[in-house]
Amino acid sequence: MADAGEALLRLDGVYTDIGRYQILYGVDLTVRRGGVTMLLGRNGAGKTTTLRTIMGLWKARAGAITFDGRSIASMETPDIARLGIAYVPENMGIFGKLTVRENMLLATGAQGFAKDHLDRVLAFFPALKLKWEAAAGSLSGGQKQMLAIGRAIVEPRRLLLVDEPTKGLSPAMVDQLVEALLRMKKEQTTILLVEQNFRVALAMGDDVAVMDQGRIVHSGSTAALGNDEELQQRLLGLSMAVGA
Amino acid sequence: MAPGLRDIPEGTNGAASGVSTSDRDGSRHGKSWVGWLVSDDPPGRLLLNVIMLVVLAAFVFAPFLFPGTKALGVASRICIFVILVASYDLMLGYTGIVSFAHTMFFGIGAYGVAILLAKGWVGWGAVIVGAGAGAAVSLVVAVAIGLLSLRVRAIFFSMITLAVASFALILAEQWRDLTGGEDGLTFSVPAILKPGFRLFADPVLGVTFNGRVITYYLIFIVSLVLFLLMLRIVNSPFGRVLQAIRENEFRVEAMGYQVVAYRTIVSALSAVMAALAGALMALLLGYNGPDATLSFSLMIDILLMIVIGGMGTMYGAVIGAVLVVLAEYYLQNILGAVHGVLPDVPLISALFHPERWLLWLGVLFVLIVTFFPQGIFGWLRHRR
Amino acid sequence: MSKEWQERLQYWAPYAVTPLLVLAVLPAMGLTAWVTLTVAGLTMGMMLFLVASGLTLIFGLMEVLNFAHAAFVTVGAYVTVSVLRPLGGWTADPSLTLNLAALLVALVAAAAASGALGYVFERIIIRQVYGAPLRQILITIGALTVIEQLVIVVWGPEAIPLPKPASLRGSIFLGASSIETYRLFALFVGLAVAAAMHLVLTRTRIGLVVRAGVEDREMVQALGYRIRRVFVGVFIAGTALAGMGGMMWGQYQTLVTSQIGDGMIILVFIILIIGGLGSVGGCFIGAILVGLTSNYVGFLAPKLALGSNILLMALILLWRPRGLFPVAGH
Repeated sequence: MADAGEALLRLDGVYTDIGRYQILYGVDLTVRRGGVTMLLGRNGAGKTTTLRTIMGLWKARAGAITFDGRSIASMETPDIARLGIAYVPENMGIFGKLTVRENMLLATGAQGFAKDHLDRVLAFFPALKLKWEAAAGSLSGGQKQMLAIGRAIVEPRRLLLVDEPTKGLSPAMVDQLVEALLRMKKEQTTILLVEQNFRVALAMGDDVAVMDQGRIVHSGSTAALGNDEELQQRLLGLSMAVGA
Repeated sequence: MAPGLRDIPEGTNGAASGVSTSDRDGSRHGKSWVGWLVSDDPPGRLLLNVIMLVVLAAFVFAPFLFPGTKALGVASRICIFVILVASYDLMLGYTGIVSFAHTMFFGIGAYGVAILLAKGWVGWGAVIVGAGAGAAVSLVVAVAIGLLSLRVRAIFFSMITLAVASFALILAEQWRDLTGGEDGLTFSVPAILKPGFRLFADPVLGVTFNGRVITYYLIFIVSLVLFLLMLRIVNSPFGRVLQAIRENEFRVEAMGYQVVAYRTIVSALSAVMAALAGALMALLLGYNGPDATLSFSLMIDILLMIVIGGMGTMYGAVIGAVLVVLAEYYLQNILGAVHGVLPDVPLISALFHPERWLLWLGVLFVLIVTFFPQGIFGWLRHRR
Repeated sequence: MSKEWQERLQYWAPYAVTPLLVLAVLPAMGLTAWVTLTVAGLTMGMMLFLVASGLTLIFGLMEVLNFAHAAFVTVGAYVTVSVLRPLGGWTADPSLTLNLAALLVALVAAAAASGALGYVFERIIIRQVYGAPLRQILITIGALTVIEQLVIVVWGPEAIPLPKPASLRGSIFLGASSIETYRLFALFVGLAVAAAMHLVLTRTRIGLVVRAGVEDREMVQALGYRIRRVFVGVFIAGTALAGMGGMMWGQYQTLVTSQIGDGMIILVFIILIIGGLGSVGGCFIGAILVGLTSNYVGFLAPKLALGSNILLMALILLWRPRGLFPVAGH
């Protein structure tokens, strides 16, 4: 590892089953505080399952999950969220029948929007301001993604779990998104990002972990991976998309 | 991993455990005719085999064991309910579908026979045609309901069957010309089923073989045949697919099976069986009306029987039918006895009033769904 | 027709059904009858809406279909009987104020009793069967039977009369049309409750959480809301609403029996199917449709009256298989 930052989130030997099917076979993952960790791998490798397990949506059968020193493996999802972890799922989790404003409001506490935070988010994603009172279901795919991210950052968070945000987005939108996430990182938000897009991964991540068949098969810094062509080839043999 | 029937679990009926009546040296392939008869799906455990054999014997020798018109009527009713409940189990226990339209098919079968006989066509021709027509109409309606609504979620489907069943009830009550309205239809059964008919001039072993006895044996034999037929259906490859659907519908769909088609077929089969049971009921009563076959309390009875007896086992229908029908007749007596010895405190004595038998059956029902979801038969089969 | 226009038509079509129906029958029956029947239909719709809205919210949010919902209607009706007995003086009095006061007490009592029973029910029965539709259906039907029998144990097997209060009997005249006075009361209460529900759902945080939860329960939890607690609240609210519906239905029928809930529950299911499971707005429109249909057909073709709503349901399902306003995911 390039920097010796401490771990904000650790998974040790996590096994998760869904019904009768085993998905995670002992996942060991460390997410450093204040950094962006990329979780790469092809479809079915277990990336989404890992995020859902962290979030408590699926319970790990075995293994430890520690957040800031605290064990969260047996906590309920709302309590995990209240520790300051925001989750942006692959399907974005937008409430289509609610307005953009209502979607964002749900992410705030009892006192509602804090003006400066809200303004900052709207500065990143001006489309949201335009569609403020529109039903979220009427937004385009890219706008929905903006809303999902915006909702995750409208209140200060300690950890963002983001699942394939760039899927299906135009390059311009991808850039907008990356910029927003990098700003978050600057403000000390730790991010665990699942991506298939290798180019984005190289651009954003500090650390990278590659999953295959429910296990982590490589972890290290992004810089090291970026310099090692042979390693890239080997891992790319796991069919990750190289560029959008 | 190649998909196919191989992936569908075999012998989920539990026939693997315990003693098989087909062959005591361990081989389970039905070399014996008994094994063939029960489609290699015997009750399984020694206790259960004994119980079922006792029940079977009781039915075979009922006129001799339980003399009197009332007892024979109860036995006939139990046989009919076994078919009605077993056919419901095809959907509920084996495929995981809850339908409230089952009594509708029961009624259609009964009306098939009743209408023809009441309109003046006498004799066995009318009975066969009536039963056949009832079965045919049930088949068509079941397929229609299936195709229209089995694509939707389970709960939606159940609600729709409830609405369709109410519609049938309303139709039967209002269409006086055809169905006799709320009063129903009374008619004459074929000659040999009439009480006055004598098969043998003298009593056999103390029992006069009159029309009632013949009616009973007719009902018993038809019910037995239909029951064994259903046992064969659930143990066929078709039946195993049904069970797989109950376990995990999505997986079965992913394996290439058209779940909607299977569900439609099973509800059609179930409806036809119920209609035939209805035809038998009409013959038993010499009457059919909305209260006899279409009422919702009958639907509740069916649910009681299948849950108490044990879903997904077929034999559970037998146990459930026997217990609940007997309870209906005799629980009232028991409650009456309890009621008699209680002090005249208003709430307490009302709780044990004989007419509150449904309260106690309902409590039993809830307890069984909660603690013994496999029902009596399932519990006895799978414990230890 | 251009695609945009087609989409717009698709979107607005379900809203047009009710107005179209109301206008279509007018020539068939003349203005006088039309006014009476439309008010009657709207009123019946309001009462049905009270009962149905609770059920659709419970299903939408918790994916629980409570087949015992009818029992809460019945309990509401019976509690009304008991509460109005000692208040006989108030209801017999010609003063409208006293009558309304008595009815308000009864309304609150019915809601409270059904809500309390709902709380117990959720804890003991529903909590065990979340996520298991088969067991839900079975266990709630069993519970329905038990509760109805218990009602007989407490109140006896005979039907009990539930007369309307003195000043709400009879009819008033709107032009040449006669309108039963009690109907206006029921209409008013129904609209008031519907308005209150709308305000809670759209203007409060808890309402927002419920509306979001109906769409995506998991995501609401991932946003930090303890949805289990919301479940209990919604369940109690739903059963309390059913109790209120029971109070008014009982008085409307003027006779209360242990089957009173069962009688109307089929219509409630039809409303849920027509409106779309989980949609309160759909429930509102569905309830009005059913109320109007019952009354219109009852006048125009009495023989078809009982089955008319089921036919309506079949027609709507053929057009929109998931109801008029389906909620995504249901």
